[in-house]
Amino acid sequence: MSDSDTDMMTGAASLVRSLESVGAEVVFGIPGGAILPAYDPLMDSTKVRHILVRHEQGAGHAAEGYAAASGRVGVCMATSGPGATNLVTPIADAHMDSVPIVAITGQVPSSAIGTDAFQEADIRGITMPITKHNYLVTNPDDIPRAIAEAFHIAATGRPGPVLVDISKDALQARTQFRWPSSIELRGYRPTTKPHGRQIREAARMIVQSKRPVLYVGGGVIRSGASAELRRLAELTGIPVVTTLMARGAFPDSHPLHLGMPGMHGTVAAVGALQKSDLLIALGTRFDDRVTGLLSSFAPEAAVIHADIDPAEISKNRTADVPIVGDAREVIIELILAIETEHAAGLIGDYAAWWARVGQMRETYPLGWTHPDDGSLSPQYVIERLGSIVGPEAIYAAGVGQHQMWAAQFINYERPHSWLNSGGAGTMGYAVPAAMGAKVGCPDRTVWAIDGDGCFQMTNQELATCSINEIPIKVAVINNSSLGMVRQWQTLFYNQRYSNTDLHSHRIPDFVKLADAYGCHGLRCDSPEQVDATIEKAMSLDDAPVVIDFVVHRDAMVWPMVAAGTSNDDIQYAREIAPKWDRED
Amino acid sequence: MSRHTLSVLVEDQPGVLTRIAALFSRRGFNIESLAVGQTELPDVSRMTIVVNVDELPLEQVTKQLNKLINVLKIVELEPTSSVARELILVKVKADPEVRSHVLETVALFRAKVVDVAPDAVTIEATGSRDKLEALLRMLEPYGIKELVQSGMVALARGSRSIAERQVRSADRSA
Repeated sequence: MSDSDTDMMTGAASLVRSLESVGAEVVFGIPGGAILPAYDPLMDSTKVRHILVRHEQGAGHAAEGYAAASGRVGVCMATSGPGATNLVTPIADAHMDSVPIVAITGQVPSSAIGTDAFQEADIRGITMPITKHNYLVTNPDDIPRAIAEAFHIAATGRPGPVLVDISKDALQARTQFRWPSSIELRGYRPTTKPHGRQIREAARMIVQSKRPVLYVGGGVIRSGASAELRRLAELTGIPVVTTLMARGAFPDSHPLHLGMPGMHGTVAAVGALQKSDLLIALGTRFDDRVTGLLSSFAPEAAVIHADIDPAEISKNRTADVPIVGDAREVIIELILAIETEHAAGLIGDYAAWWARVGQMRETYPLGWTHPDDGSLSPQYVIERLGSIVGPEAIYAAGVGQHQMWAAQFINYERPHSWLNSGGAGTMGYAVPAAMGAKVGCPDRTVWAIDGDGCFQMTNQELATCSINEIPIKVAVINNSSLGMVRQWQTLFYNQRYSNTDLHSHRIPDFVKLADAYGCHGLRCDSPEQVDATIEKAMSLDDAPVVIDFVVHRDAMVWPMVAAGTSNDDIQYAREIAPKWDRED
Repeated sequence: MSRHTLSVLVEDQPGVLTRIAALFSRRGFNIESLAVGQTELPDVSRMTIVVNVDELPLEQVTKQLNKLINVLKIVELEPTSSVARELILVKVKADPEVRSHVLETVALFRAKVVDVAPDAVTIEATGSRDKLEALLRMLEPYGIKELVQSGMVALARGSRSIAERQVRSADRSA
């Protein structure tokens, strides 16, 4: 890592050497014309393992899963044109969910750029609005600096995706490898340390408030602040809600936890936000799926909003106390400031508040009913899976009903155990993300909980898993439909099921498909078989396992705040509104 | 809605104009005027961007601009404490019988004639937006054949440079 570390080599060798120097262990990718020079020296690298995927989208989500599970930067690689555009969805996904990944793409030779050459796409232009930053490198001497900066930008501040597009001639040309000894980015200096005055003001408001809520988002997981969050919650006794992106940031078993807020959140979590007089928002962005109709969100609450990205503060909801900083540093400083208040005899009294939220939690627990015909209930499958597999595993979900049930009915006890596509809502995320997570955390059991619709979008990566001995386990919650869309058709489109029937109870045969991919295929269609099937899957470690859970299709996700309506209008189950207390 | 002038210092890198223009477009803002050029600092360009927007969305777009790695600094220039100029070139019909009236107008506005044809003159004028609008109103009756305008450029009054000035308050949420 010094200037003396120099050598003459090709741009391609310089790229591989740069990846080694930055500490990348794994690259998910597919070669092709423009990136081909890079694959030659990559073959000889003993430090960087390349995993050949079956579709570039799989490479991108695998890099995301690797990053989200391990906390390290994920890397994916593709060739120019369609190879690069196939990365667009996972890059957009990583941008929405603040996942640190670096995408490396080959570009046509610089002399051909702009001529509509074969497999040319302006991937830098295409990814400008969905990357934290991106590069087009045409000079081989710039490769080490671009890679060093890309990893630095991806991992620091608010994490996110960075793309490095390298022209083929830059990969082929001779260059001197020079690893930068430091990174100089004049326009990039993220604020991590919070402002003392804001922290003191926040602490004062916290001890004076009567109905505070710790509204915790994914930033707490990204910054590794779970232990500090727990100390803050226990110090103050304030109720905690964890958003979809923050599941696992605070133990579900903890008595201060009210569960997940939002469109399919618990009545207690949604109700606590609505009735609160002080939201302490940590690493969260007041997403529309959490706030419901924004103008009626938490109408009586003052807002302390801490985020590492100043652009998130007061974007949707005006903050009374804005705090720019890293969630972990913010929480540490808050604890100190609150201890000072406590030492001065100023301690928040939330007993009356707990009586209210405690009652909400008791009266409206998460639940479901078994279908009358004895068929399998998807919620039951997911709850049993969580119970049998336990909190040390990693769960990656697709997008839709199964995702919401997996967020609701599995108890998360630690951070980095729940991976999903929250912001972008990318169907097909689960299988490749689980693959990446298993590569990043080989000692953990990794389950993909997928829907039959999602699973058919990216299941080709089962081949990658089989061949590279990445023994993930997949629970396909097969309701033979695009379930969440069907639920909306049931509720809002007079049960006219336009194009949501996938017929996947018949086609394809997921057990045969698993077999074709060299995986163990199991099927389960009755409640009695659920435990035994999951236990069987847990016993098989020599290859990936796919379980086709044939479930009934009319199950719906509850509670629900219909899109565009107020959180106050949450329905506990269909046409059942909770009775809010009338103290206010 | 009100008009705001942002002075943006950026690294002189390929694609930086696209990044900034695309960001305004994606967040739903129309750029009224944009001028970009080199500065006294090597490798640093300065953009003067005029947008018509409310205070709150302006704060959001400023914060989003600050997230661009190539953006170094953003300062809002208040009309009362800054000097702002635009340049226009305008080709006006000027037959011999009206030419003297046209030239009188040119003189009144301290503009100048930079090209002459038998039946037209091309006028160069610089000034504030108000002044240039007034000039164009005066020239309109003669017949404007062609008009081209630069974006606005602006500097804060006084001795301090942008490098010494505080950034827009919105950038320092804490």
